[in-house]
Amino acid sequence: MALSDVREKPAARPEAARRLEQVKDKVAACIQCGTCSASCPNAEFMDMTPRRMWRALLAGRVETVFLSQTFILCASCYMCTLRCPRGLPLTWAMAGLKQAAFSLYPDRFRRSALFYRAFMDNIRQYGRVREMEMMTRYFLALKHPLVPLGYTSMGIRLMAKHKLHLRLPSAGPGRLAPLFDRAGRQEG
Amino acid sequence: MDYLYYPGCSLEGTAMEYDRSCRALSGALGMALVEISDWTCCGATAARCVDELLSVVLPARNLALAEKTDPGIDILVPCSACYLNLETARETIRTDPVMRNRVNQILAPDNLVVTGSNRVRHLLDVLSRDGAADQVAARAGTNMADLVIAPYYGCQCLRPFHEFDDPELPRSMDRLIRATGAQVLEWDMGGTCCGAATATTRPGVGQALVGQILAGAKDADAVVTVCPMCQMNLERFQPEPVPVLYLPQFLGLAMGLSSKALGCGLNLSDVRPVVIRGAP
Ligand code: SF4
Ligand code: SF4
Repeated sequence: MALSDVREKPAARPEAARRLEQVKDKVAACIQCGTCSASCPNAEFMDMTPRRMWRALLAGRVETVFLSQTFILCASCYMCTLRCPRGLPLTWAMAGLKQAAFSLYPDRFRRSALFYRAFMDNIRQYGRVREMEMMTRYFLALKHPLVPLGYTSMGIRLMAKHKLHLRLPSAGPGRLAPLFDRAGRQEG
Repeated sequence: MDYLYYPGCSLEGTAMEYDRSCRALSGALGMALVEISDWTCCGATAARCVDELLSVVLPARNLALAEKTDPGIDILVPCSACYLNLETARETIRTDPVMRNRVNQILAPDNLVVTGSNRVRHLLDVLSRDGAADQVAARAGTNMADLVIAPYYGCQCLRPFHEFDDPELPRSMDRLIRATGAQVLEWDMGGTCCGAATATTRPGVGQALVGQILAGAKDADAVVTVCPMCQMNLERFQPEPVPVLYLPQFLGLAMGLSSKALGCGLNLSDVRPVVIRGAP
């Protein structure tokens, strides 16, 4: 994808643009002290440290933010939120970036986006997570024959302990579908 | 009834031994747990990354169920991610009238109302502050005496809400572990991150973080946890085998509960070195 596409995208999706503005507001008071980067357990795996990502975001360099893996690698450990001297809700800001990224760039963040989608569909259908069926649907949606292999050994260990149950998927409208629909309508 | 109980989805699947041991230990401590009837998923980490409103509505539905059947009773939550979601929703409902209204409109057709009046408490909060240590000490023998235990807390029971412990250098498990007669490993990694869900999408991350944590715990005979996600990661990425148990499993074993009742056969790590110290 060309950078220009990336730059134009937020404007083309008002909902994601609004989400992005909310994230910006959350971190607007950043003083670039670097405490968040120094506190982050995953900083060494990120191509850009959290501090630099916040600066890029506030400077309007949205493409830089979304070309990075920084927010995707946030494990929600809340250490930066706890320590930020400005008291900024950084972990939630990271989640807000994930939300915006999944709707703006479904291709680039396909794996994570599909994973979360499979998860939410599972709750909508059953009210509770049925791990086995959720993972199956995720792999089917991924259409990538090799990815499940990475999970196979774990799956076998879990099945040996009878922790993963194969249950017949049930059709029908879904246990929490009315609740999801009401929430969806309210958000417009 | 003493506590309402919200097990959450993990405790019905990959973390069933956490569920079993919570119930068994509570029974032994004389705490009555009543499961919230008809509870549903709290949204885990996914809801917040997909839809902000649903990330409040999903946990709020469970708070509303609790308020309806048992107003004022504390909700006990063993899973740290569920605890965080339920507590975050409770805070939002109590402090943000606009959001409270929106959520209640969505819940209304199901005859539910949420005000956030029931407290939400992590299992570790309840065990460390409601007098469990004395009871454990009264019933523990000397079997655990020469064991060194590494208390591993993870993140989300400590942060961002530090309701019952220091969010960086937690100590709330110390008294409970000592009550069994075992020693507590002195270390500063109990509140560090295991990688949580990023370990699922990026196994390399989990491997590195868990490797550091378990290296820090190398002088311990076992690690105890209070979160299904931590437990899974610590068991999955072991460079060398080490027993990892849920805290209520360990406390239960020390009190002489049967390893079967505590679900000790279900752990993915080999926990026999600790189990043989307990009752046959
Ligand atoms: S810790 Fe807070 S103020 Fe400091 S760089 Fe990070 S976000 Fe900015
Ligand atoms: S919450 Fe996310 S960004 Fe903040 S320190 Fe933890 S992993 Fe890093």
